[in-house]
Amino acid sequence: MIDKDKYKDVNPVEEEVKTLESPKNNWYVDEKTLANADLPEEEREWFSDARPQVVPPIRWTPMEKFLNWARAKSLWILAFGTGCGAIELRPLLTARYDISRFGMAPRPTPRQASVFMIGGYVSLKTLKRIVRSYEQMQGPKFVVAVCSCAINGGMYWDSYNTIKRIDNYIPVDVYVTGCMPRPEAVLSGFQKLQQLIMDGKAEGQNLYAEKFDWYKANQKKVIKDWNMPDYNW
Amino acid sequence: MGITTKILYAFLSLGVVMVWGLTLNGIVRKIFARVQGRIGPPVYQPFIDIKKSNAKRTGITHGIMFYLGPVFRIAGGVGTYMFIPVIFGSEIFSNFSISGDLLLVMYFIFFGQLGMALGAGEGGHPYSAVGVSRGLAQMTAFEVPFALSVISLAIQHGTLNITEIVAAQQGGILSWTLFTNPLAVTAAMISMLGMNMYNPFSIVIAPQEIPMGPPTEYQGSFLGLLATNRGIFAGAKLVLFMNLYFGGATSLPILMWKTFAIYMFSVFIGAAFPRFKTEDSIKFFLKIPTAIGLLALLIAYL
Repeated sequence: MIDKDKYKDVNPVEEEVKTLESPKNNWYVDEKTLANADLPEEEREWFSDARPQVVPPIRWTPMEKFLNWARAKSLWILAFGTGCGAIELRPLLTARYDISRFGMAPRPTPRQASVFMIGGYVSLKTLKRIVRSYEQMQGPKFVVAVCSCAINGGMYWDSYNTIKRIDNYIPVDVYVTGCMPRPEAVLSGFQKLQQLIMDGKAEGQNLYAEKFDWYKANQKKVIKDWNMPDYNW
Repeated sequence: MGITTKILYAFLSLGVVMVWGLTLNGIVRKIFARVQGRIGPPVYQPFIDIKKSNAKRTGITHGIMFYLGPVFRIAGGVGTYMFIPVIFGSEIFSNFSISGDLLLVMYFIFFGQLGMALGAGEGGHPYSAVGVSRGLAQMTAFEVPFALSVISLAIQHGTLNITEIVAAQQGGILSWTLFTNPLAVTAAMISMLGMNMYNPFSIVIAPQEIPMGPPTEYQGSFLGLLATNRGIFAGAKLVLFMNLYFGGATSLPILMWKTFAIYMFSVFIGAAFPRFKTEDSIKFFLKIPTAIGLLALLIAYL
């Protein structure tokens, strides 16, 4: 799990992280309901207004361990290229690297996928789609951020249109550094993720539900044309 | 045999065919991987996938039909299977075979897809609708040669009871329908390619084209149910084909061998060919296979 405080001041340029600890938000109704205030009045009833909840692991440890093993051995990747790093996913499917031997497979729809691979730089336009897709995935869900740009902005450090740390907007389980990382590096990142899942440490979904206000405030700060519900079920 | 024992036996054989069907799916994945020069997932991967899907912590729904879609689908799979005598002469594996079971089975093969069409439609995803319309069109097309072949078989043996059709094929390989009515078998095997939906007839769940098709919105245990049904339905179809055309089976190992061989027919064709366009796929079934089926019907009638 990533220690958030440890990396807090890595990016002095990224202001939103510091200022939004106590947000005065417009989406809070109560513990279980969201306002969807940014949607037009007539559209609000089209969408679910449920707030994501923390779903604790099963208490009976052997069962939870078994389920975690199954989750780790059947990782379905959301095949959604969000940057140049996504090109490194293709070699993984070929005969040379072949991730299918680890039970991994690309899945074309976020509903069925369990791993979101952030492939490099994230522009504001892409971030909106990333948030939408990530929230549509059903938990437990995991995020692997590939390439330097997803970690600290990389060569887009000064860009007006690119966010620097994807970790401020959705919880990330594993980072793979490099520009570009070799397919071997990505593969090793996925194996690290499998290990984390099996150890029961990959609880990004619960982190997102727990710190929902913080993540949502960060997202809303940078995404100006917010025309979707507060949580995309 | 009492009805309770019969039900117990039927569910036992359902479990057996489910495990065998899922294992076959795993073997198929492995074969596809080897054809492409990869190592491929382990053979038990379908079981892990089902477990994983069922262990999802959250889930969404779009309404009542969305719930009922997978339920209808698995009812179709179980219904198909429950009326097929699995092993000839075995009490445990005879299921609920009755005098008109062939008609009932033909109906149940349709049933699951219709239920799924309703459920997927409520999901509201455009690709679901595209996949459903493709699936129903293709099903209508491949059902024509299959129905013709089955009617020809019914005329040939003078019965609609699968057990009697199997009984008529006992006594050596030359009494199989494969040799007594080769045209009907040809038509049915071609329509089985459409039923199994591997290439070149993979237009419903066309990967890279309309990703996932009908089950696009399904997740979690819905998907687990659909994947379980894939095992049951594949097993049921294979057992049906084995019974009708390849002399049935008198023991479990023979059943496994024969169903494996029948499945490999569509798998090897699937591994070797690219995908048809939708309209080409539908036209294909309505041309030569239908002609062969008609010919088989004509010969059986004369």
